[in-house]
Amino acid sequence: MPDIDEAPVGGIAAIRKLLWVMAAVAALLGGLLYFGLEGSGADNQAPVAAKLPFGGPFELIAADGSVLTEKNLAGKPYAIFFGFTRCPDVCPTTLSRMALWRKQLGKDGEKFNIVFVSVDPARDKPSDIGSYVELFDTPIIAATGTDAQLAQIRKGFGVYVKKVPLDPVNLGGDYTIDHTAGIFLMDAQGHLSSIIDHHESERTALEKLRMLVG
Amino acid sequence: MKFKRAILLAGLVVPVLAAPVLAHNFAIGKIAIGHPWTRETAATQSVGGGFLTIRNGGKAADRLLSASSPFAAEVQIHTMSMDGGVMKMRQLKDGIAIPAGQTVELKPGGLHIMFIGLKQPYKKGSQIPATLRFLKAGTVKVSFAVQPVGSAAPMEAGHAGH
Repeated sequence: MPDIDEAPVGGIAAIRKLLWVMAAVAALLGGLLYFGLEGSGADNQAPVAAKLPFGGPFELIAADGSVLTEKNLAGKPYAIFFGFTRCPDVCPTTLSRMALWRKQLGKDGEKFNIVFVSVDPARDKPSDIGSYVELFDTPIIAATGTDAQLAQIRKGFGVYVKKVPLDPVNLGGDYTIDHTAGIFLMDAQGHLSSIIDHHESERTALEKLRMLVG
Repeated sequence: MKFKRAILLAGLVVPVLAAPVLAHNFAIGKIAIGHPWTRETAATQSVGGGFLTIRNGGKAADRLLSASSPFAAEVQIHTMSMDGGVMKMRQLKDGIAIPAGQTVELKPGGLHIMFIGLKQPYKKGSQIPATLRFLKAGTVKVSFAVQPVGSAAPMEAGHAGH
């Protein structure tokens, strides 16, 4: 009985070979996927993720009109969130969750700043975002910037922002903004510590904040 | 001792008694609307989200077609979703289907009413009048209770004072 691979029936041998190749490719892909996921999972698993360049440098306009850079924020950890005041749901929900976490953390809650960046400078003037964040009953540093300044910080944090017309027919009319809804936790040196996803449980979020200030 | 018990009893009884009085519900035809609410807004904020439940007790499907309010330049019906960590909001031009015998929830993180061009800031504790128009049931006047900005769910009677 000849080895099956050398069987004279060419068709079957070819299929066998093909199957082996497919299995090898699948194993390779599986391995890649596994390690790929491991790599991206590191953000969630290890709070002190990496000292890779992330976030800064950036320059923004604070609610009072002054300049806000990563240097002004350095020295104290901060939780930064991107949004816009016309966002009816995710933004108020996230900002009020952050206010609540801060209260729940007691003394630890005072050890980090909360920063809200409006990515809608066409409609949110610095003073608008100032009065907006006052609703949340906890100190929040509010800022926005010119299109160029915002492009820079978005690139630094890998934040996705896309204007979408509310009326597909009237493209020049009112619009909403698709935007990244995670909270970036930055340590006192301005390095990424962790990210709180929109769907994160309260317990995990609090734990990540404790890690941030601990 | 008696006094203490009276307080205890009051604490237990009041929320139960108050619920039917303070919980605000509306109805038109086979459509029942449960506790419409919205969030307080900042002076410069021009939009607000509205939430409610709609129950169709009938045997035929209905549809929430549109909404309007004297307190907003325009009222739209929206859906919101999270897609790979990105928040996306879209207008539902055709409204929301309310299948027969089912309840559709408009709540944070999903379907909502969007008040656009607020005529004045929505103050905590006030009511925002609005009209909802259904395909079959017709129009119904409702009011949205303005809750604190941190609200993630309607505050029914008994919770309101906390």
